[in-house]
Parts: sequence; C-alpha cells; structure tokens
Amino acid sequence: MLTVNQSSVRATVGQKMSMVDKNKISQLRKERERWEQTTLPKWIKQSGERKKEFKNTSNMLINRLYTPEDIKAVDYIRDLGFPGEYPFIRGVHATMYRGRFWTMRQFSGFGTAAQTNQRFKYLLKEGETGLSIAFDYPTIMGYDSDHPMGKGEVGVCGVAISSLKDMEDLLGGIPLDKVTTSMTINGPAAMLLGMYVAVGDQQGVSREKLGGTTQNDNLKEYFAQKLCIYPPKPAVKLTTDIIEYCTRHLPRWNPTSISGYHIREAGANALQELAFTIYDGITYVESTMARGLKVDDFAQRLSFFFASHNDFFEELAKFRAARRLWAKLMKERFHAKDPRSMWMRMHVQTSGCTLTAQQPLNNIARTTIQAFSAVLGGTQSLHTNSFDEALALPSENAVRVALRTQQIIAHESGATTTVDPLAGSYYVEALTNEMEEKAVEYIQKVDDMGGAIVAIEKGFFQKEIADSSYKYQREIDEKRRVIVGVNDYEIEKEENPIELLRVDPNAEKEQLANLQKLKRKRDRGAAEKTLDKLQRSAEKDENLMPTIIEAIKAYATLGEICEVLRKVYGEYKELIVI
Amino acid sequence: MSRTEKIAAGVLRGDRRSIAKAITIVENNPHEAQELVATIFPHTGKAHIIGFTGAGGAGKSTLIEKIVREYRRRGKSVGVIAVDPTSPFTGGAFLGDRIRMQELSTDEGVYIRSMATRNYAGGISRATKDASKILDAAGKDIVIVETAGAGQSEVEIVRVAQTIVVLHAPGLGDEIQAIKAGIMEIADVFVVNKADRENADKTAIDIQTMLRLGSKKTGWQTPVLKTVALTGEGVPELLEKIEEHRCFIEGDAACKENLLKTRAEAELLEAIQERASRALIAKLRAEGKLDQLLREIIERKVDPVSAADRLVKKAINDD
Amino acid sequence: MQNERKIRVLIAKPGLDSHDRGAKVVARALRDAGMEVIYTGLRQTPEQIVETALQEDVDVIGLSILSGAHKTLFPRILKLLKKQDLTDIMVFAGGIVPEEDVSEMKKLGIKEIFGPGTTTEEIIQYVNKNLPKRDQS
Repeated sequence: MLTVNQSSVRATVGQKMSMVDKNKISQLRKERERWEQTTLPKWIKQSGERKKEFKNTSNMLINRLYTPEDIKAVDYIRDLGFPGEYPFIRGVHATMYRGRFWTMRQFSGFGTAAQTNQRFKYLLKEGETGLSIAFDYPTIMGYDSDHPMGKGEVGVCGVAISSLKDMEDLLGGIPLDKVTTSMTINGPAAMLLGMYVAVGDQQGVSREKLGGTTQNDNLKEYFAQKLCIYPPKPAVKLTTDIIEYCTRHLPRWNPTSISGYHIREAGANALQELAFTIYDGITYVESTMARGLKVDDFAQRLSFFFASHNDFFEELAKFRAARRLWAKLMKERFHAKDPRSMWMRMHVQTSGCTLTAQQPLNNIARTTIQAFSAVLGGTQSLHTNSFDEALALPSENAVRVALRTQQIIAHESGATTTVDPLAGSYYVEALTNEMEEKAVEYIQKVDDMGGAIVAIEKGFFQKEIADSSYKYQREIDEKRRVIVGVNDYEIEKEENPIELLRVDPNAEKEQLANLQKLKRKRDRGAAEKTLDKLQRSAEKDENLMPTIIEAIKAYATLGEICEVLRKVYGEYKELIVI
Repeated sequence: MSRTEKIAAGVLRGDRRSIAKAITIVENNPHEAQELVATIFPHTGKAHIIGFTGAGGAGKSTLIEKIVREYRRRGKSVGVIAVDPTSPFTGGAFLGDRIRMQELSTDEGVYIRSMATRNYAGGISRATKDASKILDAAGKDIVIVETAGAGQSEVEIVRVAQTIVVLHAPGLGDEIQAIKAGIMEIADVFVVNKADRENADKTAIDIQTMLRLGSKKTGWQTPVLKTVALTGEGVPELLEKIEEHRCFIEGDAACKENLLKTRAEAELLEAIQERASRALIAKLRAEGKLDQLLREIIERKVDPVSAADRLVKKAINDD
Repeated sequence: MQNERKIRVLIAKPGLDSHDRGAKVVARALRDAGMEVIYTGLRQTPEQIVETALQEDVDVIGLSILSGAHKTLFPRILKLLKKQDLTDIMVFAGGIVPEEDVSEMKKLGIKEIFGPGTTTEEIIQYVNKNLPKRDQS
C-alpha cells in the first residue's frame, strides 16, 4: 500500500522555489550562534526560562526561536502553492473568506422536537448560517424514547427523535432548499438521513438540491465517542452504504464527516487526532472503492471534523498539515485526478474538554482563541462552545455570545481580509511540517498492523488515547500544566452564578405521548412490511438506504428499524483499555 | 454463631452476599479462611472446575461469556472467577474481565468475581483455589477460572481446575513455536479461537502436531477445537469435549454412558427428521397433494401450518 | 504485601452516557494508588451496578455521569443498594452534576460529588480517608 513521504512528492511537483537562499543559510547560522553566545546568555542569567523544555501536547519540542533555517527545505511552489490549488494547504478555495465566511453552525438540541425547533429559529435569527442537530442519547443509540434504557435520558442532552413525525416537527417552518443541516449521528445515521430526505420530499425540495452532512463516521466510535451499536465490519458497511447512496442520489450531501473532534476530546493529543482521523478517512475511501466506485466519483463529498484546542499554533499547524496530507494521499495513494477529490473540507468545533466549571466567563476567552486558530487554519464551518459548557447545555444568552464570537472574528479582527495570513511564518511552517511527518509515521504503523479494524481489535488507538489522556491529567494534577481558575488563579467563591438552561422536565412525558400517538395513528401493517423487507435486504448484504427510507416513510420508528439490524448484525461489546 | 460460621452457612444456602463475604475472607484473613474452608469442604467436589488460559487478545473473556450462556441454556449454574495481574509497582490492579460478561450479572444462576493475583505467580492468586471451593460449596454446577492472561507461564491453574482449556488465536504475533512447553502439557482441550481468520486451519493443524508429539500420561488425547467466540460457533462442541474430559477423569462409567446415550439420541433423531421429511415430501409431490394445498393457501382458505398438520397426520395414519 | 487487604472500588457508568475519559483516568489513578478497581464499561443499568457491587464485595462505588440523567439513575441505584443491604458501601460520583442537584443527591446517599477540575489526587485522598468500616455482618 503506497503511503506518502516527502521524497516521493519532491519528484512529482516540478518547479523549485526555495523560500530561503541556501547560500545564506550558513551565514544565518553563524549569526544565530553569535546571538546565542552574546545577547542570549544575559537574559538567561537574569531570569532563566520558566521550564527546562517547552513541549506541545503532541510532545514536540518547541524551540526558543525559529528562523529561516528552520524552513530551509520548504519549497514555496511545491509545499505551499496557492489557495484553491494542490496541495491546498493555503486554502480549499482561491478567495477563502474574502469571498464568503465559513458557515457558522452551532450544534444544538434538547427536549422535544418542537422545543429544539424554536432554538433553531432563534439561532438563524441571530445570524447563524447553518443548522447542526444534537440528538439525545436514546436516539443516538438507536432506541425509541420509550425504551427502558432511555428512562431519564429523553431530551436531556439533545433532542429526542423517534420517528419521521418528530423530524417533521423539528424542521417545521425551515426551508430545506435554503438551509444546510449537519446531523451528528453515527450508528443510526442512515435512519436520520432517511428522515431528513423524507421531510425534503414533503417540502418539495428536489433531492439534487438537498444539502447537509451526516457525521456517519462509525470507526471513531470504537475508540473515541463510544456510541457503537453494531460491530466494526457492519458499521463500516453502513457508513459506506450512505456514501454510495449519496454519490448517486444526493449530490449536495456530505455523507460523512470524518471526525477527530471526539478522538481529541477522549484524550488524544493533536498529532494523534490528526493521524487517526486521516486513517479513518483512508479506510472509508478504500471501502467505497471496494464497491466499484471510482475515487473521483465520491471523494469530493467526504468532509472532516476537527477540534480546536488551547495551543493556538499547534492547532493551526494541525489544520494546515491535515489539508496538505489529505491532498497528497488522495493524489498518491488513491490516484485521484479531479482536484476536488483532493480537497479536505472541514468543520471545526472549539474544544469542550478545555472549558472549566470554575469562573465560566473565562471560557469566552478560551473559545475565542480556539475559534481564531480555526479561522486562520482555513475551516469551512465552525461551532463555538458556550461559556456554560462545563455546567449545562447552552442557555440562549451563552450561545448568542458564542455566535457573536464568530461574527466578531469575521467582521472585526482583520483575519478575513487576506488568505492564509500565517503562511511563511518560520514557526508555523516548521511545526506544520513536523505534524505532517509524524502523522505519516502513524499512518505507516497502522498500515503495517493491517488497517483500522485490526488496530481497533488490538486496542492500538485506545491505548494511545488512554496514555495521552492520563499524561495530560497527571500534568494538571502536578501543576506542570496550568488551567487558569482550576489549579491556579482560583477564587474562593464564584460570584454571580450564571443562569443555566433547564431542560423542560416534562419533555420526556410529552415525547412518550407523541410516540404513543404516532403508533396509534400509523398503518402498523405497512410499517412492519417495510421492516421485513429491510431484514431480508440486510441479510443479502445490499445497500440499505432505499429500504430504510421506505421504512421511515411508513413511520416505522427509529428503534424498530435499528432493532432489525441489531438482529442481523449483533451488538458490539467494548474493548476496555485504560 | 461466629461471623465465619454464619457466612459459611450462607454459602451452603447459595446466598450471594455470603459468597461475596466468604471470598473476601479467603483473600484477606488466613485464620478465618481456614475455619471457613474447613466448614464448607465436605460440601465441595460436585462442581466441574474448568480453567481457561491463553494469551491476551485470544478472546478468552468473549468465549467464556458464550460458554456461560450455553451452560445456562442447559440449565447449569455457573460461577466465574476472573483473575487479573496486580501491578508489582503499585500493588493495585485493574479488574476488567467482567465487562464482557456484564449482561450475565443479573442472571441469578451466574456468579462472577474478579480477583487480583496480588503478586502470586502463575496466573492466579493464592486465594483462587479457596474461592472456587466456595462457589462449589454454594452449589454451582460449573466453576470457570479465567487466568490473568499472559498465557506463557500460567500453569498454576492445574492446582485449581480439573479441566484446563488453553486458548490461542491466529495472528496474535505469538508463533506456535513460542507457545511454551508448559502450556502445551497442561492443556486438556486446546481451542483455536477467531477460527474465521485466514490462518486458523493451519494454526489448528500445527498445534495438533505438537500435541501429538507429547501425549499425556493419563491417556487423554488433547483435542484441538475451533471456535468463533463472537458468533458462538464451536461452543456447543467445546462444552461436549469439556464434559467428555470430566467423564474421563472421573472414570465414571455411568457418566460416560449417559453422555454417549445423549449424543446417540441427538444424532438418531436428526437423521430420522431429515430422511422422514425428504421421503414424505417426495411422496406428496408424486401424489399431487402439494399443488392442491398450495392453491388453497394462496386463496387464503387455509394457512400453511394447518395444511402441513393435515398432510402429516394423514400420511402417518395411512402407513 | 500478600495478605494485605486492598481497597476494592467499582467504577461504574450508569445509563447511556458515553463519555468515559474521566472514569478511565480515575480508574487508572486508583489502581496506581494501590487499589483493586473493577470497571464495568459503558451503559450499565442500576441493577447491573448493584449486583456487581454485591458479588465483588466492593468498599467503594464511583459513579460517573455527564449526561444529566443522574436525577433518574442515582436514586434508583441508591434504592437498590438499600434493598440489597449494601448501604455500608461508600458511594461517590463524578462528572457533571449541577450545583442545584448536589445537596439532593447527597441527601439520597451520594457521599461526595467530584465535578470538573477535580484532581485524581483529591479523589484518592478522599477514598482513603472515608473508607467505610465493613465486615460487621
């Protein structure tokens, strides 16, 4: 299996344009040494440095100073190029935010569909430019709201959707030909997509026009988000079914959002987030091509989802390295010819696990820095967390501030007046290169192991994440890593407690009533027929999207549909690695 | 009654709380342990104690879960002792084996206890044998002991179990040659799990060859079985072999007889079923009786099951 | 070291919440502090948690939940513990439990709630200091 290394790329791209005059390097080095021997020691003597060595979360050593020497191997044309062209590191589009801002897409959902519909309308009014649905736990696990495991969980951390009727209520009054919607759903992604398509059909929106994203990245569930229903092989099959179906029937839909966010939140460092996400992407490209599709048929609609964490420069390097690495892989490993197949379009969410319960208003500063690196990193879509993240679901006030943060960056910060402003920075380019090289090492490692599913079975990703997560916590416990307001700069008593969102305690009761009503009104026989058809189709290993849409339209519930597949595929049992 | 006596009495009644306390005693208090074990000892010897060993990644816990389910299906009660290693540096232990069996926690016929080796060498803990006696005395038909899982030097299990099952899986990175001699010698049943993998057949053959080279003094020929723990494939056959081994070591003629009879009956019935239905269907087709009934079924004058009933009754009475 | 009594802790994740980063870090930290930690993975029912605590004869139960469903799940767990006569086990919780629910949970029997920002050292010390005296019956 071909992987990418720098020397192979050197051979392919023609023109050489070094960013540094090679002849002047030795002179520069002499000057640096002079500085290190004359000016620097005075300062070291006076106040030393705060640590013996400075490292980022990816365990990379950060130098005191970066000079042209650190990027002497960088060739402008080959390694940076121009936005909208290979290797796309400077941006997927030629004009980036001078043409259009990123989509401001706030992840939301709680209570019943009707209640979330109101929050959606509020956010659209306040200027968000795309919807993003957060489902509750029973829905995410493919259970109806009346399932015993769902008691106490209905509508509590997301919206409860058990049937097409609920989706109709959720999207009521929202024109699906004008708004794109992202759905964070994985195991039952096909079912939720089916519901969205059905509502689009009801509204008379042509399927060619329907735009949005289903997260539909089942691989990362096994070692990060842990919302697995079925075992790995059938889960990858379901993900691929959706990719194949969308390629043929929903050309504006992003069938998958290959995610690093959850990998990061589970405790991985930036490098692991980058490498494991890209590897998942590789796996899906392979599984889709194994169905007979050509890479240029589907690759342009694959999208990605990353976190943006505290270390501004590490995150920036990660975003840019991701874009260049993906472009190279698509070209070298998968032989894509269409440049759009090499685009890495991404959504970014600022990191939830970095936000604190103590002095929550500080989180606005954290989110701003994190959002800023995502913008300078060239993201296509962004969610900013609310300052009450560590305490509850976002209140209206808090989510508005989060949205305003994006709008301020867009209109007031100057970051959007030029494309890829930090390109050429000695530090940024050196760090980007190191990120890319080390990610390639991980990719090679997993290739040698036999691929993602084998690595999951061996617990490889899980161990890497558990170790990083433990290391991070030890650093905090031992105060080698300062979290402002938590292990330093603490205050005795939190003043002015903030107003938190309280999910309607009657939401569960209301939703159960809705579900009962639906079951009474629908044609049960018709629904059951579609379930039988689905089971037969699953047993024959066919693409399940058409039969799932049929079942959805017959008002078979989410739980009923997922149960059929549970029967056929079994349930996944977790491999624990601490 | 002393506390220990009360707990012993509870164990003999099968009381779960008493079992829990009893195992804690044998783990921690040597004097009380002695008193406790002496009290329950006369009531031990009924359970079949099965040890499971093998390298990590072979699928021990998954397989054991399927085995427990199968025993439950056959109406047997099961105790499971899952052993994990104690860290030599910190003295602590992460006991994560029961996660694979958690659905069985609320089955009244299953009792699961996790134990740490507490730096006892050989894959089990010092108290494992006593813990298995407790489960035996509490009335469990089967006691399964899952060793700590390094696979290589875990031979202490022979002190505890009557039947030792050794588990291996292809592609573990553990070449057959690397399986230490000790493990080969103690295996009463060898299982190649993940038998749906590429090298499974070859692995099984290689192991068979190695086993043949050193046959047991007892005369028992260690079989090599294949399983797919994830689906449960091969598990009933595994239980048969374990049962066979039990009969063997007990030298119990009646037990062997019973086992043979059960197997014979199952085979005979299956053969009868297959031949009978084939012959009957052929006869009915020849007589045109099937087509007639099909029409009635399509016109919804009769349902398929009642139709079959009618046919079979008639066929049996005719003969 | 051999017959030294070890503190046995059950770390459990009740309900459908799938955020296990904290639970795993705490499990590892308690192990590194010399305790025997039983971790039963995600999506445990109250019945499974209590039965596990019984069979494993644990001294401490740590419940981890971030989904907001604690108001339904904690009372059920504590009720079952009472029913099984296991109220001598020390129960603590971690994750996201809003300030306004804390006193109610404590009244029900959760001894302490460790929110975001707690260090593993705090939890270890708490367990060591608040170990219940058991083996009375």
